[in-house]
Amino acid sequence: MNILKTMKKSTRSNLITYGIVVLFYLVMQLLSSGGLLSNSMQGMLVPICTYVVLAVSLNLTVGILGELSLGHAGFMSVGAFSGAVFWMIAGQSLPSVLGLAVSMLIGGVMAGVFGFLIGIPVLRLRGDYLAIVTLAFGEIIKNILNAIYLGWDSNGFHFSMKDATSLNMGEDGEVIINGAIGISGMTKASSFTAGIILVLITLFVVLNLINSRAGRAIMSIRDNRIAAEATGINVTKYKLMAFITSAFLAGMAGVLYALNMSALAAKKFDYNTSILVLVFVVLGGIGNIRGSVIAAAVLYVLPEMLRGLNDYRMLIYAVILIVMMIFNQSAQVVAWRHQVWEKLSATGPLQKLARVKKQTKGEA
Amino acid sequence: MKKAMSLVLAAAMAFSFAACGGASGTSGATSTASGAASTTGTASGAAIKIGGIGPLTGGAAIYGNAVKNGAELAVEEINAQGGLQFVLNFQDDENDPEKSLNAYNNLKDWGMQALLGTVTTQPCLTVAPETAADNMFLLTPSASAVDVIKEDNAFQVCFTDPNQGVASADYIADNGLATKIAVIYDSSDAYSSGIHDKFKEEAAKKGLEIVADEAFTADNKTDFSVQVQKAKSSGAELVFLPIYYSEANLIIQEMNKQGCTATVFGCDGLDGLLTIEGADTSLFEGVMLLTPFAADAQDEKTQNFVSKYQEKFGETPNQFAADAYDGVYTILAACEQGGVTADMDASAICDALKTAMTQITVDGLTGEGMKWEATGEVNKAPRAVKIQNGAYTAM
Repeated sequence: MNILKTMKKSTRSNLITYGIVVLFYLVMQLLSSGGLLSNSMQGMLVPICTYVVLAVSLNLTVGILGELSLGHAGFMSVGAFSGAVFWMIAGQSLPSVLGLAVSMLIGGVMAGVFGFLIGIPVLRLRGDYLAIVTLAFGEIIKNILNAIYLGWDSNGFHFSMKDATSLNMGEDGEVIINGAIGISGMTKASSFTAGIILVLITLFVVLNLINSRAGRAIMSIRDNRIAAEATGINVTKYKLMAFITSAFLAGMAGVLYALNMSALAAKKFDYNTSILVLVFVVLGGIGNIRGSVIAAAVLYVLPEMLRGLNDYRMLIYAVILIVMMIFNQSAQVVAWRHQVWEKLSATGPLQKLARVKKQTKGEA
Repeated sequence: MKKAMSLVLAAAMAFSFAACGGASGTSGATSTASGAASTTGTASGAAIKIGGIGPLTGGAAIYGNAVKNGAELAVEEINAQGGLQFVLNFQDDENDPEKSLNAYNNLKDWGMQALLGTVTTQPCLTVAPETAADNMFLLTPSASAVDVIKEDNAFQVCFTDPNQGVASADYIADNGLATKIAVIYDSSDAYSSGIHDKFKEEAAKKGLEIVADEAFTADNKTDFSVQVQKAKSSGAELVFLPIYYSEANLIIQEMNKQGCTATVFGCDGLDGLLTIEGADTSLFEGVMLLTPFAADAQDEKTQNFVSKYQEKFGETPNQFAADAYDGVYTILAACEQGGVTADMDASAICDALKTAMTQITVDGLTGEGMKWEATGEVNKAPRAVKIQNGAYTAM
């Protein structure tokens, strides 16, 4: 307890965030080993990890860098497709853990490269303009991936934007990306453990970046770009740093997502997915990493939990989103929450507990 | 204070997860365990649990709802007949592979013993390998890609995309409809591009000349003036549209505007043209399509189905509803053939149905004497219809 108290405030807060993730993992593993976990919940564990990583990485762009990005699904799809192509060609012959790790790394690096390429022109724009360009990027990537035909035989890659027959492959050829149908027939490799490790890595990278010198520079750009520039901060460099990190992590999440299913199509990565992740970020609190983790997990599970309501499912989901938004962000409600909390803590059991603790300490 | 609160919240979250996971998990476990013990106890215990997955919301909802309605109708009829009893649980997947997988897991928790689905192709490509791993019987009414039935537990009621492409080219060539053909298709759609690729191959074999090959994508499907212009200037006698009816409607309108008089030929996706509200159906005169089902066919079975469907759901059934209706009856026939009873588990049922499927012959709405190969492909004759006087006429 003493160590916890003398710790820096940010370190303690970060540890709590890691703790939540680890606790979640342990509880799920415990339930699963006891056979208490439903199929439905088991199937959702990996997607939860994916969306948590996506939300945390988007929060880096939206909350910490302060730029609205609507093309996060684009980076996810670049990662997903490059990772999945590697997995189809070489990864499946590697030991599964190594194959998954290398696929993820390739997916992440490819998404990072795209982040860099997009970032150079885009980060010169501000506000709405940046949002629109990232939105366009996501859509362009989706449409390109929809039109790609990629085959693999003993001579190497065959590539076409027309149709599968114009690949001209040899006898042993195998179509990997089949246009709009995408990739199918993958063996699955993602596991909950891999997902949780990726979440922890993401948290480690993002939280440490935020608390570092670079992170403070990034936040200073968010708060006042002119002042930051005047103090000698290289705005482009730090903006790119945040943007690329965000893209890299989204790419890794994309690979986790892709290898959790046996088929992958570009259609999934449209602006709806980008907006969905943005909703997680906004509801969890912009700039609040722990909020993103919790919001992504809860909001992903929610529509599945509401399946019993049949036709009213999506209606109720929308209502819950609105209520959560008001509860979390509306100034009046926040003030009211604080009031209630203070009242509770002044007279409530928690305060009593604290007093008792103090007394016992004094006696000791 | 804030920290304490977040800790409490975190704990609450973890517990709520545990609670939901635990609760549904145990209920799933008890239902499967007691399923065998108390089959005679409850009505639902004695019925074979059929799961359905399809888009009930979103852009493809029209297909999912049609399948759901068609299947419901068939299940009601079967249960009224006595004999084997079915219970249907249809879940929404929003035409999203990821949601489809969630829906599948959800149905597994419910204790599903056979799956009628999924309705659309893309989700089916994701769900089918899962069913193979679980050894769960899968019969899709309308997912038409070849890869869907790659595993031996998966069967189709509809034609595969390549079959439709080949059948279309054969039909056009054998009946001498045209030699110069323009194709307009949706390159971002698996169904459309699947038919297109095979059609092109077969057309070359049959000596048909494709004079224009124009694509559009799902994001770009409101203005077809360029594609129609190209088709017109290429001198095509026939425009082949392996697409869905809403886009076909726009293309036909554009053709009319530009004075393009080529014949229009399509696949089962064009079924629905006549039901578009507010459309000028006189433009559709002479449109030909290959469809397994026409709502105003004169045979007793179809008329019976259509009148019942209209009475119950207040709309004219389309081909998807008919596919689903046939699908449920196919499962019934296979269950009877394979001696399946409600107290068998999903894996045993799957094994029995796999062999039974290749032995049965079903006379359905979408084809007489439907038979299945072990590959999962259906064998039935394609039917072509022509729109005349605002109604389908057999050709």
